[in-house]
Amino acid sequence: MTTTTDSLSTDHSKAVADGSHTHGVGGTPESSRASRPTSFDVADFPVPNGREEEWRFSPVDRLAPLFAGATDGVLSGHGVLTTVVEAPEVKVEIVDRGDARLGRAGKPGDRTAAVAWASYPRATVVTIPKEAVATEVTSIRVEGVEGGVQALEPSGTHLLVHAEALSQSVVVIDHIGHAALTETVEIVADEGAHLTVVTVHDWAEGSVHATSHRLRIGRDATVKHIAVTLGGDVVRITPDAEFVGEGANVKMLGLYFADAGQHQEQRLFVDHAVPNCVSRVAYKGALQGEGAHTVWVGDVLIRAAAEGTDTYELNRNLVLSDGARADSVPNLEIETGLIEGAGHASATGRFDDEQLFYLRARGIPEPDARRLVVRGFFAELIHEIGVPSVEERLIESIERELEKSMSVLDGTTAHVEGSEVGLTTEGA
Amino acid sequence: MSTLEIRDLHVSVETKEGPKQILRGVDLTVASGETHAIMGPNGSGKSTLAYSLAGHPKYHVTSGTVTLDGEDVLALSVDARARAGLFLAMQYPVEVPGVSVSNFLRTAKTAIDGQAPPLRTWVKDVRKAMDDLRMDPAFAERSVNEGFSGGEKKRHEILQMELLKPKFAILDETDSGLDVDALRVVSEGVNRVKENPDVGVLLITHYTRILRYIKPDFVHVFVDGKVAEEGGPELADRLENEGYDRFLTTATVI
Repeated sequence: MTTTTDSLSTDHSKAVADGSHTHGVGGTPESSRASRPTSFDVADFPVPNGREEEWRFSPVDRLAPLFAGATDGVLSGHGVLTTVVEAPEVKVEIVDRGDARLGRAGKPGDRTAAVAWASYPRATVVTIPKEAVATEVTSIRVEGVEGGVQALEPSGTHLLVHAEALSQSVVVIDHIGHAALTETVEIVADEGAHLTVVTVHDWAEGSVHATSHRLRIGRDATVKHIAVTLGGDVVRITPDAEFVGEGANVKMLGLYFADAGQHQEQRLFVDHAVPNCVSRVAYKGALQGEGAHTVWVGDVLIRAAAEGTDTYELNRNLVLSDGARADSVPNLEIETGLIEGAGHASATGRFDDEQLFYLRARGIPEPDARRLVVRGFFAELIHEIGVPSVEERLIESIERELEKSMSVLDGTTAHVEGSEVGLTTEGA
Repeated sequence: MSTLEIRDLHVSVETKEGPKQILRGVDLTVASGETHAIMGPNGSGKSTLAYSLAGHPKYHVTSGTVTLDGEDVLALSVDARARAGLFLAMQYPVEVPGVSVSNFLRTAKTAIDGQAPPLRTWVKDVRKAMDDLRMDPAFAERSVNEGFSGGEKKRHEILQMELLKPKFAILDETDSGLDVDALRVVSEGVNRVKENPDVGVLLITHYTRILRYIKPDFVHVFVDGKVAEEGGPELADRLENEGYDRFLTTATVI
């Protein structure tokens, strides 16, 4: 569904197996998500023109540097620097392209992911050894190398986070600075591992970023994946989660805040291929300013073998001003009736005038009232992250976004709230 | 000592069919220390008066004046009115997901006073006010009005009134939907606020029941958008016995 003006929502809290169950206005995928091609060979993915199902919301012209159309799908730039500060229990290696551990979690599913696979000179491998319990957060910083807007070197990188059996750890990946980067993040959780991965995209203005997160989740493993997108001109993240053992659990959370001119796209795919796994997806975004565009596509596939599956996905968007656009498309395919539950919900709305009135009637000035509402909108999701240092940082980031944009909010009040137009009692 | 003065107030409300005139010349003066009950049948404009005073964007003042100690209330924004000393206890309080009651109260108090309340006394004040209203301390960590029962919402409104200490409190049908126990708790809260001689109360109600717990000094009967009759507490007793029929008949004849 697509919206710019109205509040829209879908709620299929309990979907049923009816062969295939797909929702979305403006074109449903012509075939099952299962038949979408994946390949390590960049030649299998022509340069997108924007009419393809998986690129139809994307500004392909702005992403062009990452398609490497002129260089046969290979980028040779060294535009980013990766720094890891690991917990004492965690091992970090820089490995060559041929390392046998790489490329085990799924395959690239689109052009930028294939370019990333073709381009990285060496890969970073973070290993949480078997039964290790990390006592600290492992921080990975991916930083654009300073060079100015003209000197962007489109680059590809590869990162593998491997949580061995029964380990327990938190990994935070920060993306900062100015870059044009296509990236692969492989996340492999072996049997019984507990792994939290937070990826934060807070690039400088002018940055273009595509990232393929491929999660391979083993038996009884629990993975929490949190994607935060704040900065950068275009950020397109495609987290794919694949269950390879029974009894596994994935929670995928997302938070994004798009300002004028920013395009933030998140396309998720949860592949329930084995029985008795649980997936929860919750993404929330706020948008403000002319040309702010967010996309959320959530595909869930419950294959015939995946009996006992329990899945629910949710997307909420809060449109804070005119000129912003949120696209939200949940898709659920169910191939077996023997499941615990499957559902999805999507809603895109504007500021609630009654909420603002209530807060203002208690003396709270309008900008502060708006801040409270936005903070509240994200609060629940942030508290689900469960890593206090990350939660605090995100709350601060949201504050900064709001601070940065109060002029936008103030300036468009009359447009956002049609009911205020002509209100004779409103003073300065 | 403050005075809230409403003169010849005309208000229309936005409807799907266009603007609709609701208030047709309301005159009312409320002074500190006074409690005025505003009664009347459904649709007589009682709640419209409440929302107009608070500045709800749906209501348009087409003529008339409202002043607070001579200051033009209608020229103030919604939040400036609250900071000037007006408080509206709403009939239908609004949910604000993700914003805790304690955060909301502190933010409102800071806005009203122009500075953050001293932490230690504030925490104590909140605890005492909640205790007086028989509210569980855990209540402070819940999201504003989210999942509150009807009675909890009304207590939460009174809690705010006690903590924000307005000059004039407008209670919009705070009694409706409450059982007798909740009504008693809420009324006690209003009476605690009334003990302060610097506060004036405008009690809007459909029923006379709450007037057994909160004694009004003046009673005004609203019919068809204006005050049809005024008097002392004895008028409330008369309404209790006779209902609003007398006024409705008169209104129809006119």
